[in-house]
Amino acid sequence: MGSYPLMAALLELSDVSARYGQVAALHGVTLTVNEGEVVSLLGANGAGKTTTLRAVSGTVRRSGSVVLNGKRLGRVTPESVARAGVAHVPEGRGIFAELTVWENLRMGGYMLRRPDFQSALAYFPWLQERRNQQAGTLSGGEQQMLALARAFLARPRLLMLDEPSLGLAPLVTREVFRVISDLNEKEGLAVLVVEQNAAVALGVAHRGYVLETGSIVLEGTADELRTNDAVRSAYLGY
Amino acid sequence: MQTFFQTLFTGLSDGAVYGSLALALVLIYKATEVINFAQGEMAMFTTYIAWALMDHGAAWKWWAFFATLAIAFLGGAAIQQTLIRPLERASVLTAVMATIALLVILNGLAGWIWSPQLQFFPSPFPTSSWDVGGVHIAKQDVGTFGIVMACVLVLWLFFRFTKLGLAMRAGALNPAAARLMGVRTSWLLALGWGFAAALGAVSGMMVAPTIFLTPNMMQAVLIYAFAAAVLGGLESPVGAVAGGLALGVLLNMLGQYVHPVTTELRLPVALAILLVVLLIKPAGLFGRVVVRRV
Amino acid sequence: MRRLTLPVAFAVLVAVVVVAPFAVSNYRTYQLALVGLFLVALLGLDVLTGFTGQISLGHGAFMGIGAYTTTILVVDHHWRDLWTIPLAGVVAGIVGLAFGIPATRFAGPYLALATFAIPLSFIGVLKRFPHFTGGNVGKNLPQTQAEFGWHTSPSIWLYTISWVCALVMLPLAFWIVRGRFGRAMRAVRDSEIASTANGVSTAATKTAAFGISAFYCGVAGALYALAINYVNPDTFPIDLSILLIVGIVVGGAGSLYGMVFGALFVEFIRISWGPAILDLFSKVHHVNTHAPGSGLVVYGVVLLVVLYVAPAGVAGLVRSATRLPSFLRRKDDASLSDPGLV
Repeated sequence: MGSYPLMAALLELSDVSARYGQVAALHGVTLTVNEGEVVSLLGANGAGKTTTLRAVSGTVRRSGSVVLNGKRLGRVTPESVARAGVAHVPEGRGIFAELTVWENLRMGGYMLRRPDFQSALAYFPWLQERRNQQAGTLSGGEQQMLALARAFLARPRLLMLDEPSLGLAPLVTREVFRVISDLNEKEGLAVLVVEQNAAVALGVAHRGYVLETGSIVLEGTADELRTNDAVRSAYLGY
Repeated sequence: MQTFFQTLFTGLSDGAVYGSLALALVLIYKATEVINFAQGEMAMFTTYIAWALMDHGAAWKWWAFFATLAIAFLGGAAIQQTLIRPLERASVLTAVMATIALLVILNGLAGWIWSPQLQFFPSPFPTSSWDVGGVHIAKQDVGTFGIVMACVLVLWLFFRFTKLGLAMRAGALNPAAARLMGVRTSWLLALGWGFAAALGAVSGMMVAPTIFLTPNMMQAVLIYAFAAAVLGGLESPVGAVAGGLALGVLLNMLGQYVHPVTTELRLPVALAILLVVLLIKPAGLFGRVVVRRV
Repeated sequence: MRRLTLPVAFAVLVAVVVVAPFAVSNYRTYQLALVGLFLVALLGLDVLTGFTGQISLGHGAFMGIGAYTTTILVVDHHWRDLWTIPLAGVVAGIVGLAFGIPATRFAGPYLALATFAIPLSFIGVLKRFPHFTGGNVGKNLPQTQAEFGWHTSPSIWLYTISWVCALVMLPLAFWIVRGRFGRAMRAVRDSEIASTANGVSTAATKTAAFGISAFYCGVAGALYALAINYVNPDTFPIDLSILLIVGIVVGGAGSLYGMVFGALFVEFIRISWGPAILDLFSKVHHVNTHAPGSGLVVYGVVLLVVLYVAPAGVAGLVRSATRLPSFLRRKDDASLSDPGLV
């Protein structure tokens, strides 16, 4: 019988609501990401998954409380949240298509005085040979990997990923999630991954939440969610 | 043949001036989608400041040149932070209107402060020329070209090799993504305006000895600069400079060899050239048709 | 409710226009005549800027084209001045279209910069062909006299023709912005990319808007020539284009009735308030307020202030003031989505 290590909460959203103009996108969302864990936020299109991430990084106006590392985030800007240790890989990856791979990576290390390119590239060795390739000419999967590398370079405490599997073939998706899992296990990086593809997301997660039309309808460990009937029929297809 | 080379050098010198102002326009447009209508008047205003620092045009002083660049830089950044930034949140159209207002205010202010009378502006270069195989190359032409290109080069090195320069480029390409990487895009916009203003100041100080210092002196130059920017493909800094040089040479050649083209027609001719080029190559000489993802 | 307000407002305007000359001095009537012609010009520019979202720094030149057309026809070819007015509009409109066809290939803001070149080129052309245009010296026009057997002062005659034009061209403008073309214009204003995707030809729409606005300014220019009896290249410098922009912003870009306020503002700041402010300045500081371009400073400052304080102009302020409090408003109140019709 061992003792559970008390996991410190890294990110806590309490009763967070957000709207785009007149349209309410989130209704009182409450979720937590602890240090060192991978949390999946599942939901269909339009459920409000992207909005949740935007609520954290300050890209959308929100009410309710967002606490990062014990500190409450008030009216923040994306750049200040980034500097607080949150790396947000947005929808579409946010690659600077006209810059080279190397320049994209340098942007990843923007906030650090001396970014450690070597150890970051250890997870993405193939990027080295593509340094001078224009980032926009990379394949979808390669761009996703570049985005991950770039985000990791900033040595964040929390990595937020918006639908990393979007537009990627199943094999490539598995590769991407393998790297995410690696980063979590070997570097202790906490990850909040938002996904429509529940199967692959639950494969790497410790815990998960299900979001439907702006509200959390279910939460639990990955195992619990995987075996839940409602989740199985709606998101896992069996 | 001699006339050809002489015209060529004058053309390159004029072209450098157009190119640097064009570069200023492109810098700001690329980063913010705002056309700074006041770019020319800002250049004119800072040239007047240089003039004042040089004992009201008594003689060229290099320290005044650099001081003016610094003042222009700070002024440009300040204008962006105070005037433009609040309006940009409203719409690009309002921000552009504000630059029009600024154009008008600076123009009038210059007349108020320093009087609209034509003033003589000193040049750092002697008015003599070199005689190379019968061709007279004006030292001023070469000097102007050199100074402007040196500034452009310095700017290029900054953008290419420094972290801040990279951040500015990234911020122009995808401001949202840049912010997620901790880039304070707002400050960088101020920086961009500062650089643009400094380029404008160089432009003004180099052209003033030839066209004389008056509040309206940069208006035609602004048009040429705009034509150069469009020729070069709107969002291409290299294109803007190249477009400027090409336009300068072309206009001087036309003025020299085609008689109906008198100085009054220079401007309409420039526009006509521009329109013709755009009919053939809508994205400009160096531009690519940008496919925008909606 | 809305269906009623427009015709009622128009009737009120007509009534005011008819009554005004009896209530004011001859000089004021002359000024109000100018207000009428500025209204025509502002309506035109509003179609382009307020409705199609394209800024133009060149519409003073279209007024110039109209003015010169009228002047040349009356002075050199002895036309009756009235008949020159529509022709002046057409000439200006054609030039506007000719400019628009290639120029609308430019992306929005660069198109605006191109329009900066119009007045400068216009002046260049005027000076290049002095035989035709009178060059720097310009041309004088005889004062316009009342026609059709009506004996009245020139001011009142001018007032009449000016406001007849305005009161005809105002409903015309409404008709233009109401229909399918109006929707196309607004689509271009709101999003160039989206409207292209929806099959709206942005270049054609912008070109048409240029032509229409140039036509309006041409008519206004003809009236202007008849009003001041003189044209020369300096009558239509960039000042006038800026003044027109200030006018539409103050009135409320995107609102046609707002242009009435804009026109009033333009005339009074041009003649009375502007110079008064400058006078104030010249007493306070050693400022050379007689330098050309001084008047412009006032316009520039006004423009900036309005942009910050009331970007939707007088029309916007009126709209906010008369808006029902939110609990009375219907949920799907479309007042925000279609500000253009009042």
